[in-house]
Amino acid sequence: MSTNAQPGGRAASAPIMGHETEPTLFEMSVPHRSAYQLRTTGVPTRPLSEFVPAAHLNEDVVPIAEVSERDLVAHFTRLSHRQFSVDLGMYPLGSCTMKYNPKFCDAVAADPGLNAVHPGAPASLCQGWLEIMVTLEEKLCAITGMSAATLQPAAGAAGELTGLLLMRAFHEANGEDRRRVLIPDSAHGTNPASVTLGGYEVTTVPSNDRGLVDLEALKSALGPDVAGIMLTNPNTVGLFEEEITEIAQAVHDVGGLLYYDGANLNAILGAVRPGDMGFDIVHMNLHKTFATPHGGGGPGAGPVAVASHLVEFLPGPQAHRVEDGTFDWVAPPRSIGRVHGWQGNALVLARALAYIDVHGSDGLTRVARHAVLNANWLRHRLRDILPAAYDRVCMHECTLTATKLKQAYGVRGLDVAKALLEEGFHSPTVYFPLIVEEALMFEPTETESVQTLEALAQAVERIAQRAADDPVSLHRAPQSTPVSRVDEARAARQLIATADAAR
Amino acid sequence: MADYLPHTDDDVASMLSFLGMASLDDLFAHIPDAVRLSGGLEVEPGMSEPDVAALFARYTGANAAKATAMTCFAGGGAYDHEVPAVVKMLANRSEFVTAYTPYQPEVAQGVLQAVFEYQTLVARLSGLPVPNASLYDAATALVEALNMAHGATGRQTMVISSGVHPHWRQVARTFARGTGHRIVEVPLRDGVTDWQSVDVTDVAAVVAAYPNYLGIVEDLSGAKALAVEHEALFVVGGDPVAAGVLKTAGQWGADVFVGEGQAFGTPLSFGGPYLGLFACSEAQVRRLPGRIVGETVDSSGRRAFVTTLRAREQDIRREKATSNVCTNQTLMAVTAAIQLGWLGTQGLREVATRCAQGAHYLYDELMGVDGVSAVSSQPFFREFAVRLSRRADEVISSMAESDVLAGLSVATLAGGDDPSIEDGIENVLLVAVTERRTKEEIDRYVELLKEALKR
Repeated sequence: MSTNAQPGGRAASAPIMGHETEPTLFEMSVPHRSAYQLRTTGVPTRPLSEFVPAAHLNEDVVPIAEVSERDLVAHFTRLSHRQFSVDLGMYPLGSCTMKYNPKFCDAVAADPGLNAVHPGAPASLCQGWLEIMVTLEEKLCAITGMSAATLQPAAGAAGELTGLLLMRAFHEANGEDRRRVLIPDSAHGTNPASVTLGGYEVTTVPSNDRGLVDLEALKSALGPDVAGIMLTNPNTVGLFEEEITEIAQAVHDVGGLLYYDGANLNAILGAVRPGDMGFDIVHMNLHKTFATPHGGGGPGAGPVAVASHLVEFLPGPQAHRVEDGTFDWVAPPRSIGRVHGWQGNALVLARALAYIDVHGSDGLTRVARHAVLNANWLRHRLRDILPAAYDRVCMHECTLTATKLKQAYGVRGLDVAKALLEEGFHSPTVYFPLIVEEALMFEPTETESVQTLEALAQAVERIAQRAADDPVSLHRAPQSTPVSRVDEARAARQLIATADAAR
Repeated sequence: MADYLPHTDDDVASMLSFLGMASLDDLFAHIPDAVRLSGGLEVEPGMSEPDVAALFARYTGANAAKATAMTCFAGGGAYDHEVPAVVKMLANRSEFVTAYTPYQPEVAQGVLQAVFEYQTLVARLSGLPVPNASLYDAATALVEALNMAHGATGRQTMVISSGVHPHWRQVARTFARGTGHRIVEVPLRDGVTDWQSVDVTDVAAVVAAYPNYLGIVEDLSGAKALAVEHEALFVVGGDPVAAGVLKTAGQWGADVFVGEGQAFGTPLSFGGPYLGLFACSEAQVRRLPGRIVGETVDSSGRRAFVTTLRAREQDIRREKATSNVCTNQTLMAVTAAIQLGWLGTQGLREVATRCAQGAHYLYDELMGVDGVSAVSSQPFFREFAVRLSRRADEVISSMAESDVLAGLSVATLAGGDDPSIEDGIENVLLVAVTERRTKEEIDRYVELLKEALKR
């Protein structure tokens, strides 16, 4: 297929600049320089020593930094120029769903009617916020096929742990002490870490040669001590677990619950609902599926929706629609308690609701269909250089492997990932899932045009040519980025976590 | 039909043809019919941005408590501080906003260096050398500190002052359901933790708040002594603004500092996203939860930053990880670095001092009002609790009619009776004053409270 690769293109031009090392704020600091300006209040000024005993006052001045506003702006602007982002170019980081984040949703969240509201204000004074929360909860339940949801968990992993505590509360309410939770060997690392914090032991279930849960192995791992299973579907390889009905049946037969890790929910919007697949508990990563910006590593939001038999255990307080049309807080009758200091990452929740409202049922369905189309197009386009680990239709992401380049030229997946940075693309996810050798997981997302996908494919072709011509240069890539490969071993050997650490 | 998808019908057709497919349905054909959604999603059809904006205008209009319309005297861990245009604009740069976790350090030096600067500031304010790159909020940061204490001692009893924010304690209790930790809450007497009353064994952590959630600056030497006696970790939950002038957690002998970083550039935001501050001693570095950025060099010897000590983390260590944290609150950490850079050494001290001056001015005025009395005789910093002759929630509703958010009802905050208040919790009001409150606003508050108490 011939596709013009110009529009949309890549981010290799000017914005990736700045080979110069940027000084830290502390290195820029000059005594008595300042930027702050505060309100004139007329409040009587009295020394702190009149308020608190001298023993409480720090005899030393805690140094922050002393810079002018102009220098502050220059510093953080220069730092921003040393940073790749979705707004700059394609970011096909598999499993992370780095799609375009609509500016409108940010503008919604920046309204003082939302962002200047104190979280402890009485419900009567923040009815709009409670309505947003109730409305979002209802829509998330409709999308996932569940009965009710908590919006408190601040990220996916927080949602996982919340879900496991709900699982525990359910079994304990039935007078059962179950000890194990099953997890496929392809799962995200947060799953087993959450299981431990939930007070359970992990039993790992192997994948079969099709990249799916091995149903027979799963059945042999089941027993009356199994609290449940955590599954991602489509799984972390980007494949749909086709035997999900049989899996659900087997787990439910021993009294276990099914936990849906919503990391890949974006692939199935409008096509399949976790509730209809038999899941009892579902967490969603709003920053992935509903496109709230990832903030360089957060904030996210990880609401957890549950089937009817778990509603009474949900965290509280919960926004709730009262019969007279107003809104109030209620705690579910057998609530596990709070899992967040306040109501969750509220501004992220508002962004997600705006995203859902703009897309609606039709738009959300199209989101999933185009995401799957893009991943399959890219998988097929790259098949000669980076064949798929499992060669068949994938969902929203494709797990490719660099084994051919490794065998032929000694060029590894990591080298390809680093060379892509030089080509103006963010790398795919490297060496995950662990079950695939030399894995390169691409998640193009639905917001990239076919021209951009083609530009990425041509970049991979150039890298493959380089592998044949000059493989050593790929081990040294990237060179045109703000820094070249960093010495990670040195960072770990001698921790320098602050500007004040010994060097 | 409004969305952000680029594909034209022709694009879709030619892409499908490249795949040898006739329809988008073919891409989903392998999903079993039994689980397929037949009727489509039961949510409304898509709307244009202006139409959704009109819908949201109704929500924002129903939020009477917004600080732009109502003078805010509420605190309790969420404060109405000055956030200047320069901080908002820098923190909203899309390079920071639309990046993700810096897995590829060669193209993530911007976020990595900003987080390194943030870590430096957290370390200085806490007086502890090993910060992390952020956690969700103070409450969940406390949970991580308790898990660290369990890892360090192998023990499970967590002795927590009831001067620790009620929500933080509630969150600690929730997560203890999974870890099996035993949470022992120590009551306050006259606003100060009664550490003498503690009679437990198997102690992993002693947790104090500084200042405590009622604003009182407690002498922490008793808490430290208890931790030493039990060879437990000493955890201090601190107000990072007060940390600009008060003794640091490290100076009190803390092993771990946790705090709420919202005060550094993040708006009230109805409670999130906020910023969990975390720092610990060198001895606990291998048990650190979440991410940490370290300084190193690149292959040309240039200074570079990278997430480090990765072997503790969930994606490598899996069920043996120190924490399950993956996505954290990086943007809020970057924002905090920018806000602190704007405040600078003198500005942070000025903010802390002005908060204290405003709070004490208001407190002194209130002590002359009929129907207002002290909850404690102890020194406080920038927030205080008073006992009213009427229920606090009624007074808050009454003053809200005059566009003043009078504070927080301690009974509501604590969800009923609480060991931090000896009796009559319904009438206790928690009041915070920030550097944004003027004398005029404070004087008006006093008059409105007088009226509210007469009603």
